[in-house]
Amino acid sequence: MALDRWIAFVILLVCMAYGYAAYFTMDSVLPPIMQRSPIWPSSFPKVLAVGAILFSLAIVLGLEKAPEKKDAADINLSRLGDYNVGQALMLLGLMVAYALLLRPLGFLAATFLFLFLGSFILGERRFVLMAVVAAIAAGCVWYLVDAVLGIFLSPLPGFMNSVASGG
Amino acid sequence: MFEGIMTGLATAFTFTNIMMVIGGCLIGTFIGMLPGLGPMSIIAIMIPVAITIGDPSTALILLAGVYYGAVFGGSTSSILINAPGVASTVATSFDGYPLARSGQAGKALTVAAISSFAGGSIGAILLMIFAPMLASVALLFHSSEYFALMVVGLSAIAAFAGTGQVAKALLMTFLGLIMATVGEGVLFNMPRFTMGIMDLQSGFGFITLAMAMFALPEAIYLVLDPSRSKTGDGEDGGKITNLRINRQEAKSIAPVIGRQSLQGFFIGVLPGAGATIASFLGYAVERNIAPKEEQEQFGKGAIKGIAAPESANNAACTGSFVPLLTLGIPGSGTTAILLGALIALNVSPGPRLMVDEPQIFWAVIISMYLGNLVLLILNLPLIPYIAKVLAVPRNFLIPFILFFTLMGAYIGQNNATELLILVGFGICATILRFADYPLAPLLIGFILGPLLENNFSRAMQLYDGMGFIWSRPMTLGLLIFAVVLVVLPSYRARRARARAEGVADGD
Repeated sequence: MALDRWIAFVILLVCMAYGYAAYFTMDSVLPPIMQRSPIWPSSFPKVLAVGAILFSLAIVLGLEKAPEKKDAADINLSRLGDYNVGQALMLLGLMVAYALLLRPLGFLAATFLFLFLGSFILGERRFVLMAVVAAIAAGCVWYLVDAVLGIFLSPLPGFMNSVASGG
Repeated sequence: MFEGIMTGLATAFTFTNIMMVIGGCLIGTFIGMLPGLGPMSIIAIMIPVAITIGDPSTALILLAGVYYGAVFGGSTSSILINAPGVASTVATSFDGYPLARSGQAGKALTVAAISSFAGGSIGAILLMIFAPMLASVALLFHSSEYFALMVVGLSAIAAFAGTGQVAKALLMTFLGLIMATVGEGVLFNMPRFTMGIMDLQSGFGFITLAMAMFALPEAIYLVLDPSRSKTGDGEDGGKITNLRINRQEAKSIAPVIGRQSLQGFFIGVLPGAGATIASFLGYAVERNIAPKEEQEQFGKGAIKGIAAPESANNAACTGSFVPLLTLGIPGSGTTAILLGALIALNVSPGPRLMVDEPQIFWAVIISMYLGNLVLLILNLPLIPYIAKVLAVPRNFLIPFILFFTLMGAYIGQNNATELLILVGFGICATILRFADYPLAPLLIGFILGPLLENNFSRAMQLYDGMGFIWSRPMTLGLLIFAVVLVVLPSYRARRARARAEGVADGD
C-alpha cells in the first residue's frame, strides 16, 4: 500500500476516535437548558467526523486514481537513504531540546546553543565564526523582541532571573 | 468611491504608515529571497509584530507590504539562482534564469519589477472597482448564505487542487475544520476535545499551525536535499549590472503585461486558484499567442516570458484580496493567514468592513500602490546588495530559518508547549507532503472553522433546525454549486480515463 493510503488510514482512525467522542461522550454532560437549543456543541463536530471518515475511506480504498507523475523537485521516497535524514532528525531533536530548555536556560543561552549546534549538525566546523554569529544573533533578536516590540522574553536562566528581579 | 480613496490616502499617508510600507517591502524582499521561507511563513513570523502595533490599518499595511516584498524577493531568487522561493515564481525562472545566465540579470530583474509593478497596480485598480460592488451584494447575505458561501469557498479550493488530488484536498480541509473545534470556542463556553490537556484549552495557535504546515516542512526538505538550496556559491551576486531596458523591449512587453494583469486578477479572485495557477497559465497563454519566431525564444530568455508570469502573479495576489476583504473568505494560504491576523486584531472582515471601517479597506488599497512603487523605485536599485544574502552559506542559513520558525510560534503565545506542538505538527506535515497531500486547505479550513460553525449555528438557531437549507433558495443554490464543484472534476477525470481506455462511447 502506498504511503498516501497509509496516511489516510491513520487519519481515518483519528477521525473515528473524534467521531466517537462527538457522538457518544459529549451530549450526556450537556446541561438540560442547552439541550433545548437546536444546535449543540457536538452538532458541528458530528458532521465533520462523518465527512472526514468518508473522504479518508475514499483514499484508503483508492477510489480516486492519481495521475502518474513524478515531480523532479520533490523528495523521492524510494531513495530516502540518499538524503540527509540523520541531520534532519538531529535538527528536529534540537528544536525539541530548545523548547524544553528555553525556560530553564533563558532565551540568550538557549538561542546561542541552538544556533551554534544547528550549524554544527549541518557540518560547519569554523567554531569561532559560529560562536560569534550565534552570539550576535541571539543578542540582536532578544533586543528587538524585548526592547523594541515590548514582548517579554526572559533572557537569563531561571534561577538568575529570580535573583535579578529580587535585587 | 472618491470619498473612500480620500480616506485611504489620509490613513496611508502618515509617516508611520509609509515607513511600514517601506519597511515591510524591504523585510519581505530580504526574507522572500531565502530558500524555504515563502510569503506565508514570513507573514506568519510578522504577525506578532503586527499585533504589537495594535492599529489594524497600520498592521495590515505592514503585512501587505511584507507580502509584496516576499513575492518580489521570490522572483529575484528564481531569476538569479533558479531557486524560486515560492511556487508562484517558478514560471519566472523559465526565462529569467537563462537571461541571467547570459549576463543580462539586470534586464531580467527590471522586466520582472516593472511587470510586477504594473500587475499589482492594475490589480489594485480592479480591486477598487470590484470589491465595493461585491460587498454591496454580500450585505444582503444572512448567516445561512455565509455558511453556504464558505462551503463553496472550501470546495473550490479542493476542486482546484488538480486531478487525483480532490479527495486529499477535501480530507485536509476536514482535518483543518476538525482541528479548529479543539479548545474552548466562543460559541458554547465549554472545552471540547482537549483530552484534559490544559494547554489545549485555548485551542491550537494558528501561527503555530501555519509555521508547522509551511515553514518547517520546507526547512526539513532543505536539510534532506542539499541540492534544493542553491546558496553559498556567491558568484552570481556581483554580476547584476545595467538595469535598463530599451524602448523596443518596453513596447513588446506592454501588451503582455496588460493582458496578464487582467487575466491574473480574475484568476486570483477565484478561491483556490491563486498566483501559482495565474503565473503558469499566463506564461502558457503568452507563449501560445506569440509569433512563431518569438515562441522559439520562450524558455531561452525571452523577456515576454518574464513579463507574463510576473504581472499575472502580482495581479492575482491583489485579486485574492477581493474575497478576503469583501466576504471574509480567504482563497489561498496567504490570505488565510492574513484573515487570522485580522481576527487577532479584532477586525472582522466581510461586507460590513467597508461600511464600518472604511479606513482599513481603503488604506490597504492605497498601500498596495505605495508598496508597488516602493518595490520599483527603492528595492530594484538595492537588489544587487540585497542579493548578497543569497551568498550566506547553507550551514548558517538553515539554523536561522528553524530558529525564526520557532520564534514565530513562541512570540505570539509565550508558551514553550506551543513549540513542541509546532515540531510535532511539522513532522506530520512533512510526512503529508511526502505523500502529496496539499497543506494549504488544512490551514484554510482551520482558520475558517470557527466562522463556519458560527454561521451554521446562527442559521440553525434562526430556523430551529436544518430548515434554512431549503427555505432559503440562495443558500440551497450555493450548496448545490459547492457539490457540483467537488464532483465535476472527478467525474470528468473518470470519463476521460474511461474514454482513454476505450470503454465509454456515450457522447
